[in-house]
Amino acid sequence: MLRLGAVRRVSRPLVRAYATPASPHALVLLEHRAGVLDSGSLSALTAATHLGGQVTGLIISGPDGGSVVAKAKKLKGLTGLLHSTSELYSAPVPETVSPLLTALLGNTPYTHVVSATTSFAKSLLPRVAAQLDVPAVSDITSLEHDAASNSTTFTRPIYAGNAIATVKASSSIPVKFFTVRGTSFTAAPSDDNTSVDVQEVDPVAVSDSPTEHVKTSLTKSDRPDLGVASRVISGGRPLKNAETFQATLYPLADVLGAAVGASRAAVDAGYADNSLQVGQTGKVVAPELYMAFGISGAIQHLAGMKDSKLIVAVNKDPDAPIFQVADVGLVADLYEVIPQLVEKLKQ
Amino acid sequence: MRPSVARLLNILVPVKRAVDYAVKIRVNAQQTGVDLNVKHSMNPFDEIAVEEAIRIRERLKETVKSIKVVTIGPPKSLDTLRTALAMGADSAIHVEIPESAPSPEPLGVAKALRAIIDRQKEAGGVDLVILGKQAIDDDSGQTGQMLAGLLGWGQATYASKVDIDAEGKVATVLREIDGGSEELKCRLPLIITTDLRLNEPRYASLPNIMKAKKKPVEKLKAEDLGVDLTPRLETVKVAEPPKRVGGGKVESVDELVTKLKEAGFTAV
Repeated sequence: MLRLGAVRRVSRPLVRAYATPASPHALVLLEHRAGVLDSGSLSALTAATHLGGQVTGLIISGPDGGSVVAKAKKLKGLTGLLHSTSELYSAPVPETVSPLLTALLGNTPYTHVVSATTSFAKSLLPRVAAQLDVPAVSDITSLEHDAASNSTTFTRPIYAGNAIATVKASSSIPVKFFTVRGTSFTAAPSDDNTSVDVQEVDPVAVSDSPTEHVKTSLTKSDRPDLGVASRVISGGRPLKNAETFQATLYPLADVLGAAVGASRAAVDAGYADNSLQVGQTGKVVAPELYMAFGISGAIQHLAGMKDSKLIVAVNKDPDAPIFQVADVGLVADLYEVIPQLVEKLKQ
Repeated sequence: MRPSVARLLNILVPVKRAVDYAVKIRVNAQQTGVDLNVKHSMNPFDEIAVEEAIRIRERLKETVKSIKVVTIGPPKSLDTLRTALAMGADSAIHVEIPESAPSPEPLGVAKALRAIIDRQKEAGGVDLVILGKQAIDDDSGQTGQMLAGLLGWGQATYASKVDIDAEGKVATVLREIDGGSEELKCRLPLIITTDLRLNEPRYASLPNIMKAKKKPVEKLKAEDLGVDLTPRLETVKVAEPPKRVGGGKVESVDELVTKLKEAGFTAV
């Protein structure tokens, strides 16, 4: 059983004047891996604070989640923190976590459910939203809450980022679910002086889950994580094969301390791992510096990187569409350019 | 020895007609949406879903009893169904909505799909629903998960490999996750959503396109299913994204390095 009574006591004012709309109260899913809070979740927390009300974090973890909870307690912007731990949540699947969320949301005053646009949250939130019969808004880039009408207006990219839709969730949607594009909000900082109370929430037992986690294989890398790196070096089809891809791009990435990304062509051809794909169907990045080598700049690729601060493109084809968005373009053979760049940047 | 009882699988594949992926879209002058007088085709992720259903049948032969495709959309969506039939689906359902009607939201679509699945009960039910992971027009990526939630079924999103054991009514699915992949063991009935890497969709051959014209298409309306497809989120505005202006080209690596250093990007 959930200790819903306890949750309710902290979050709902005891007396509410007639016709005063409920002040927003967001529940933010704080994801973590190997004891580290997901940076996308920190951006989602920032987005949640823009609603102007209370913000309760939710951490679900296996039995070893204590260190993450200790870190999350210090996050700026949180007014409360829930922690639910169970063996079930060590390798969570939506089928085992959604009952916890529906139970939490069933009888509590949350007005918004917020998460980063991660693969886990994208799988989980719509499932829960449908069970509560409410729509969900994906990958928002800005938001504004109007307390008077209890409506929230979001902007989000559609058509691979080639149009920006403004959508309004009115008061008729009692709980507003949305996922947040991490690159559109700064990550919430930690503050050693703050520490919110942690409330343990009993897990909801799922005895007969239709799906079972078998194993996870993560791509190991010493480089910064692509989604949050401040510099990204990306390669496309001309990189020939996986060995050439690495031998060519990695030295430059190392010099600049950059993450490595790839176009879909490079990923499909097996030069780079799937998780490195930048674009509509891969990762959306917005680093300080994005360097595209041998990438033509298809709409789907641009969708994943055109919010980068400085875009540098090196391509043999002077008419490649990437040059239309690049701040600095160089028409040249990447095999000649990269070694020179490595050398000259080192000087 | 008695022959093992054949488990007959029924697969449902929802597809969407969307603006072709290669079209450079334009926002209309009223800022209410994008100009839709452009080439449309089947949502690329849905093509992968149809292809996967056909491949499952190619692997499991008669164990797959039916592959039914369904779309919810204006009259022209029939073309999309015909494409799926030409690829190898057996029959189709078209939930027709008026040309002028707003595009239904994932939740409405999921409810319509649930109603369709209910109606299939007499025909042996549905064991597997394969959807695209997202439509490339609204980029929501919600319908499959919502349908799984409504039905209380298992879900395997972003699938890059699907292995069905029809006998045991279980599926092993490899899924793409942030940072790598994950393997799930799922009990049927199941909702799968496709990632790009699941397969390479086939082209329909001309004879198959001709044959597809004779395959049955059942027409339904939202009222027949008892669902309301009216959007619950209000689209206030659709705008062009801020234009990015290219900064021009440099002539040499030296100039490039200078620009990088000016912007503060040096070796770490």
